[in-house]
Amino acid sequence: MDVPEDVPEHLFRHEAGRLVAILARLFGIHNLALAEDVVQDAFCRALETWKFHGVPANPSAWLMRTAKNRALDVLRREGTARRFAPELERDLESEWTLAPAVDEAFAAGLDDAQLRMMFSCIHPRLPEETQVALVLHLLCGFGIDETAAAFLKGPAAMQKRIARAKKTLAASKRLFDLGGPAEVAARLPAVLRALYLLFNEGYHGASPQAAVRAELCEEALRLVYLLLEHRLTATPAAHALAALMNLHGARLPGRLDAQGNLLVLVDQDRSRWDAARIAEGLRQLELSAAGAGLTAYHVESAIAAVHARAPSAGQTDWDEIVSLYDLLLRIEPSPVVAFNRAVALAQRFGPARGLEEIARIKDRKRLEDYPFYYAAVAEFELRLGRQAEARGSFAEALRLARNPAERRFLQEKMRSTRPFRSPGPAAARGGSR
Amino acid sequence: MSEFALLYRSTQEAHREAMGSPEKAQQSMTRWRAWFKEMTDKGQLKSIGQPLERVGSVVAGKKKTVTDGPYAETKDVIGGFSIIEARDLEQASKIASGCPILEFGGSVEVRPVLQLGV
Repeated sequence: MDVPEDVPEHLFRHEAGRLVAILARLFGIHNLALAEDVVQDAFCRALETWKFHGVPANPSAWLMRTAKNRALDVLRREGTARRFAPELERDLESEWTLAPAVDEAFAAGLDDAQLRMMFSCIHPRLPEETQVALVLHLLCGFGIDETAAAFLKGPAAMQKRIARAKKTLAASKRLFDLGGPAEVAARLPAVLRALYLLFNEGYHGASPQAAVRAELCEEALRLVYLLLEHRLTATPAAHALAALMNLHGARLPGRLDAQGNLLVLVDQDRSRWDAARIAEGLRQLELSAAGAGLTAYHVESAIAAVHARAPSAGQTDWDEIVSLYDLLLRIEPSPVVAFNRAVALAQRFGPARGLEEIARIKDRKRLEDYPFYYAAVAEFELRLGRQAEARGSFAEALRLARNPAERRFLQEKMRSTRPFRSPGPAAARGGSR
Repeated sequence: MSEFALLYRSTQEAHREAMGSPEKAQQSMTRWRAWFKEMTDKGQLKSIGQPLERVGSVVAGKKKTVTDGPYAETKDVIGGFSIIEARDLEQASKIASGCPILEFGGSVEVRPVLQLGV
């Protein structure tokens, strides 16, 4: 009996993003819902057929052909009743030009269509988080439930938010046009920012499901490479962002130990870092040095590169890292950056200096719902032998822990503060920078 | 052993619901594949059968009137069929109870295939 072969992982998700982008270009962004319907139909057909006959040799091509045929049906049926994309309106008037125009849209415009959709999603009238959610939903093919889970929101609230955002999108006259260098340059920073947030949601996010998080990082990487393929969007800042994602992404395999426990950077087994990703990150970092502009992405990836190059935590060039944080603070002053700088200073000059620097952070209040802020304070107190204070700070961190891995990590730390126990590994490490 | 036809039925809404999102579609696909494979491995699957378009026509009456149908939007429609082998209707129904369509609001009609022999 002929049993169907495996479907490539996330095939439907990735194809959904591509096909919706192409169809939205063909139908016009105001017909976004129609584009989504056509994709849905193509998927239903694939599901029905592949179940019985097996997965075709090139499933992406199969889906694209099916969506194309459905699109032609729709255009023929509703060609006069509905208004489609203004730039294609004339082609759609006659059967002579219709099929070639549709062929052309599908053949030529894949990356282009996705980029245009990406820029359209970063609509200036939408809040940042909604922009990111829309990118995840429309370009990455995440369903409402999955998008909601990525942001730890309820599905109903996410449904409402995305529906509203789609209305805003559909109200624009056309998909964002990549023809205008000035318009592209004006919106690019917001696009980079959204991809940065998407990556960070995966990297630092609070969701307990580790697998989901890595997927968000992968999606952000996939999208940033789309930017690098286009003349107008492959800017030094985009390369710097690609460097940052690769260098941080390389550390993902080292962030959990064999028991699934969280490990802080200095405790990670560096042999588990992804060497190929590090090499690619360093390559992108070099490419990012082309222009005169220095962005926060440049500095953050430079910091990640110092870590990536260091053979061990002890052999890290902490002076270099501190000076890079100084630079980052000037470009983008924020309490989180100041906090990371303080942690680097503690690595260089010891825990007392770390506490001192933390006390000097101006907007310290804004760090106080972040468990690792208290965890760092506790760690410094512990190394200084202030057991009781450390215990209080760990308790504070534990109260804010967002998932079982964080909770286990902090409980373990807390145990090492018990006075009747010999100093744990954390305390012992105080002297060995 | 006797042969049984499994008729996979679902409404258009249930069918679309099974799709939900691209990832759900993929999961549903994987589930069906696994189910067919399981039946194959156990030697229960006589013929995997065929999927059917959800619309077509109905020819009726002495006048041979041709109408559009079945009405995919409203009724539950046969979306495909397979032929399995089982001892009796009870075992065939038990096999059918593993069908993924049941998780998505559909149903499986189990019908013994009439044989020539007595």
